[in-house]
Amino acid sequence: MIPLLGISTQALFGQLLLGLINGAFYAMLSLGLAVIFGMLNIVNFAHGALYMVGAFAAWFLLTYFHIGYWPALILAPLGVALFGMVIERTMLKRLAGLDHIYGLLLTFGLALIIQGVFQNQFGASGQPYPLPEQLKGGTNLGFMYLPTYRAWAVVFSLCVCLFTWFMIEKTRLGSVLRAATENPELTRAFGINVPRLITLTYGFGVGLAALAGVLAAPIYQVRPLMGADFIIVVFAVVVIGGMGSILGAIGAGFMLGIVEGLTKVFYPQAANIVVFVIMVAVLLVKPTGLFGKKL
Amino acid sequence: MKKILLAGVALGVMTTCAFAADKVVKVGVLTDGSGPYADVGGVGSQLAAQLAIDESGLAAKGWKVELVYADHLNKVDVGTSIAREWFDQGKADVIVDTLNSGVALAVGQIVKDKNKVFLNSGAASSDLTGKACTPNQIHWTYDTYALANGTGKAMTKAGGDTWYFITADYAFGKALERDTTAVVAANGGKVVGNVYAPLNNADFSSQLLQAQSSKAKVIGLANAGGDSANAIKQAAEFGITQGGQKLAALLIFLSDVNALGLPVAQGLEFTVTYYWDLNDDTRAFADRFSQKSKAHAKPTMVQAGVYSSVLHYLKAVDALGSPTDGAAVVAKMKATPTDDQAFGKGSIREDGRKIHPAYLLQVKTPAESKYPWDYAKVIATIPADEAFRPLSQSECPLVKK
Repeated sequence: MIPLLGISTQALFGQLLLGLINGAFYAMLSLGLAVIFGMLNIVNFAHGALYMVGAFAAWFLLTYFHIGYWPALILAPLGVALFGMVIERTMLKRLAGLDHIYGLLLTFGLALIIQGVFQNQFGASGQPYPLPEQLKGGTNLGFMYLPTYRAWAVVFSLCVCLFTWFMIEKTRLGSVLRAATENPELTRAFGINVPRLITLTYGFGVGLAALAGVLAAPIYQVRPLMGADFIIVVFAVVVIGGMGSILGAIGAGFMLGIVEGLTKVFYPQAANIVVFVIMVAVLLVKPTGLFGKKL
Repeated sequence: MKKILLAGVALGVMTTCAFAADKVVKVGVLTDGSGPYADVGGVGSQLAAQLAIDESGLAAKGWKVELVYADHLNKVDVGTSIAREWFDQGKADVIVDTLNSGVALAVGQIVKDKNKVFLNSGAASSDLTGKACTPNQIHWTYDTYALANGTGKAMTKAGGDTWYFITADYAFGKALERDTTAVVAANGGKVVGNVYAPLNNADFSSQLLQAQSSKAKVIGLANAGGDSANAIKQAAEFGITQGGQKLAALLIFLSDVNALGLPVAQGLEFTVTYYWDLNDDTRAFADRFSQKSKAHAKPTMVQAGVYSSVLHYLKAVDALGSPTDGAAVVAKMKATPTDDQAFGKGSIREDGRKIHPAYLLQVKTPAESKYPWDYAKVIATIPADEAFRPLSQSECPLVKK
């Protein structure tokens, strides 16, 4: 092995791979945010809380109904998406057409309420969620030990990301959705139920957050503040990728995961600020974000 | 003349009021109420303080004991401004718990300046009875030296002679790493490296990978609460123990074991000074606590320490008749032997260190656990006179050499 910049290439490969895995979580979360912002023009600050609710939903299913990981991967996001749609119908809808700041404040308040309720109910240290039997163990890659579950997480989230991108950018449904954002009146004139479309989109974005939550449950402690710690970084990722850009959110998510991973090797103390340093730099040079369209 | 007389009367009235008010003592619980340590202390510490107040019998002796509670959010500036507010507005005579060494070190100085009392149960840094000791504070439950001396020594003696640390990047983690390094070296081991992780870190895979490739026999986790829970969970995932390396969780609380679950936590060795299931006394206290606690949780050693320290404090205040002179109260507390159900008989040293035995515990396997909260068994008892840093090594200026 050849040492590079003071660390062995072995360690470097390991960290790159880990960064990719963390990036997968960033990508999934920022993707949901980007979809919601791109289609609804809502800065969804409740995203982190809903990610946490997704993880807790998986835990509920297991603890009270003995429903394991695989069904939870479908059931939990569906349940949380339903919850999200209720939020959209009863609250967010009333803010349509107002300044972004109202949506931001409403969702921020919701996040605090949801987190507070869960913290009061389940305590701060959270609940254990076991790894699914089929994904236990790991493979020795020579340069690192790769747990099977992490490999699954990265592949799965990559598929979800690509599927979402394809659906929004390449299918008829996606084009209708984009048309509804661009010009709701005209789209309605074509006989399309725009409010329902918006509700479904919000539900989908929220479902993505919950899906990331279920995916995270076996590796991170399922605790009320798991999303609050994450969401700030994810927002930075969305800003770097370009607000509302689907591909930007995915690309920036993976990229920043890797950058953060490398920082953990060279100067670990800076690992939790490096994303923000990049965000500042990107905003100074290209205010619309790396993949963002012109404002 | 009339004016002077009136002023005299007014003064007389004021002093009588002050005398009547002196039978009041105010306890302030300052802790992590919402962060990674909230289950270690949090509202449980408030409950523990309330139990101590109820059982102190002070109300029957004509005292009025008040309790205030605040969350310091693990931020030094928040913690110090709450402490100042409490003292300046007369809301507290004593601050207890203060889970978080950074906050505790800062609050300790304010308490000294204002001549109040600081009974630290939650924060771990052994500096609180070392160079940061004051005549106004007592470090009650445990400290980084005791942890190192328990878990660190046992692991090194069992053949774990090379160590790699994953350390929480603030006062507590660094103190724990330093004290454990000293113990490892004293027992013939050596430290091959370390990596820092910020407080409230979710993903430890990078740090674990570095620890794994260091080939050290023991990976020391110099962190606590939610951080150690996440690190332990992910260490299992990355096959750390299957690879022959041992995990030394230097600071684990009962609430962490509960959160991790026995399947993940089983076999871990950890050091405590209070475990609820040690004997009839500890169980009796734990029962009273859990009847009133959320989800009937058993107390952590930090919450037990809050109970024990408040109980002893109120005894001293009652004996002196007033809580006003903080240093005098602490001197009285040091002069009186301690005795309560949670920690048994003990004493307080001149450097402010509360002395009691420590216990090296091992987390039970799911099969060994017979009833709720039956999580650990005692594998060694460290006698009171060996559990803490000897006075001869103390950097505390209060210690006469």
